[in-house]
Amino acid sequence: MSSQNTQDKIAFSDEALQLVNSIIKRYPEGKQKSALIPVLHIAQAEFDGWLSPQTMDYVASLLKLKPIEVYEVATFYSMFNLKPAGKCILEVCKTVPCWLNGAEDLVAYLEKKLGIKTGETTADGMFTLRTVECLGSCGTAPMLQCGASYYENLTNEKADALIDKLRVENTRKNYTDII
Amino acid sequence: MGKKLLLEHINVEGIQSLEVYRKMGGYASVEKAIKTMTPDEVVEEVKKSGLRGRGGAGFPTGMKWSFIAKPQGVPRYLVCNADESEPGTFKDRYLMEKIPHSLIEGMITSSYALGANTSYIYIRGEYFYVSRILERAIAEAYAAGWLGKNILGSGYDLDLYVHVGAGAYICGEETALLESLEGKRGNPRIKPPFPAVKGLYGSPTVVNNVETIATVSHIVNMGGEEYAKIGIGRSTGTKLISAGGNINKPGVYEIELGVPVEEFIFSDEYCGGIPNGRKLKACVPGGSSVPILPAHLLLKTAKNESRLMSYESLSDGGFESGSMLGSGGFIVYDDRACIVRSTYNFSHFYRHESCGQCSPCREGTSWMEKILKEIEYGRGTMDDIDLLWDIQGNIEGKTICPLGDAAAWPVAAAIRHFRHEFEYHVKYPEKVKDIKHTPPPMPV
Ligand SMILES: Cc1cc2nc3c(=O)[nH]c(=O)nc-3n(C[C@H](O)[C@H](O)[C@H](O)COP(=O)(O)O)c2cc1C
Ligand code: FES
Repeated sequence: MSSQNTQDKIAFSDEALQLVNSIIKRYPEGKQKSALIPVLHIAQAEFDGWLSPQTMDYVASLLKLKPIEVYEVATFYSMFNLKPAGKCILEVCKTVPCWLNGAEDLVAYLEKKLGIKTGETTADGMFTLRTVECLGSCGTAPMLQCGASYYENLTNEKADALIDKLRVENTRKNYTDII
Repeated sequence: MGKKLLLEHINVEGIQSLEVYRKMGGYASVEKAIKTMTPDEVVEEVKKSGLRGRGGAGFPTGMKWSFIAKPQGVPRYLVCNADESEPGTFKDRYLMEKIPHSLIEGMITSSYALGANTSYIYIRGEYFYVSRILERAIAEAYAAGWLGKNILGSGYDLDLYVHVGAGAYICGEETALLESLEGKRGNPRIKPPFPAVKGLYGSPTVVNNVETIATVSHIVNMGGEEYAKIGIGRSTGTKLISAGGNINKPGVYEIELGVPVEEFIFSDEYCGGIPNGRKLKACVPGGSSVPILPAHLLLKTAKNESRLMSYESLSDGGFESGSMLGSGGFIVYDDRACIVRSTYNFSHFYRHESCGQCSPCREGTSWMEKILKEIEYGRGTMDDIDLLWDIQGNIEGKTICPLGDAAAWPVAAAIRHFRHEFEYHVKYPEKVKDIKHTPPPMPV
């Protein structure tokens, strides 16, 4: 996908633009603002996994919104990154049902394995480790989300295998990925 | 074995596809409703069924539907609440992922009843992959003529879309959800006006939970009166329970309302008991927002009657000795679990998820989290426990939406039933230093 976040002009690929137009059509005439969150997801995936001010301004112009309307939404929702992050963001659920099933041990293990603290990114830009709130996977705890995928019933061994797999694939994982 | 409706065909190979779903009798409710019933007759059956909203509040669905305003020339909307973010709850994800057409079918039948020609499924952003499953199912339904123009030659048109959110528990609150669907921050609206009068884009709107909508198909098929025979008293029908925490068999179970809690926890048909020979200590029976109960009050009411999995029985005794069925997120704690740490964990959640509109909730949730952290790490005082009690009481009932209550109740219940654990943290700081400290035994 394009990575034109640092250039003066940014633009969606034709494919993404087509998708955006089909999303706008889901809402009544004049209500294209409804498409904002879905379009921000696409923008985040297209432009390096985060929403720069420039990306947000671009989305505003596409949807005929004021830039502030985009900023106030982008800052409200936890799935939007307002700063660059690692290619693979490991989001470990730490809420009670997962906590009862070893989420704290899993976080400690990943911190040690990756050599970073929760909230940090590895020096090679590959992994960001985060803790998040209940992901609706409490019956298969402990678990983490990376991009569109849920990894459940995790053990240290499964976490090792996952990290290895992600390193080999070496691609950015987005929520919008088709899995 | 209790009656199964929603999950009856869960293990049928290929049930995700329209073809297999149809073979199992799927879409019969659409045919029946559109070909043989008026919209009002469908609403009437739902009323007779006694169905109560499965999203948490338990409001009678038929009654909610009958409130929808019908001004001339104004569209009406049905919006499905698939935000499912109440900690401990994962039943909607299970249903949508495994049998997506059961939600699509329910959406068509329900939209017909409400006179909606455009409907949306608002799904939490983290469930992106589930949204793809739903979109595939919707495409199949369009291709087969169950959606789109002139469904079954009836002249009734319906378009159905999936809309993904982006991570915010508050968007499960129905008016915040509508704001979010309009492309805004998820700040709940002041009610009235209720969505039934002014909802999405200012038009009359009904918001219902995934499970509620999927249940409507079964009510139409079997008739409201038949449905009402399932369950117990005013808790009619079946309910999906998301069972997690310290149990042998976590997962989603469809129960006939009225199953004894003890049977649900210990029988092999359901949770299969507590692992590793540990003891049952406590349970949050209806998602993180409902009061935690110690084992003795969970299994028996204060009147010493067997506690049942029903709206009435779980709330028997009020908040003094009862809890709520809520969303059916059933979280079980064994005797190693520290209730202070659990309460601190939940308080972090509510602080993080407060939208920030109302001062009591915004300030109160951060304050509670801060105090709970101090107590948990052995730095609290006895006065802090009373202060905590005070703060939660000053949030409850003082906010635009019920998130404030949801943040206050778990704290209140933990102090009410487990005060000795809070005091233990204050008295013996050295014993709680390790994050895996053993809690003190329950006083007898
Ligand atoms: C903070 C908060 C979060 C909520 N989250 C959800 C949710 O994730 N799913 C849901 O169906 N209802 C949720 N609700 C309840 C909805 O506001 C609403 O009552 C429900 O969607 C109505 O559907 P029902 O009558 O079919 O249950 C939440 C309420 C509050 C106050
Ligand atoms: S608590 Fe972790 S997925 Fe629900």
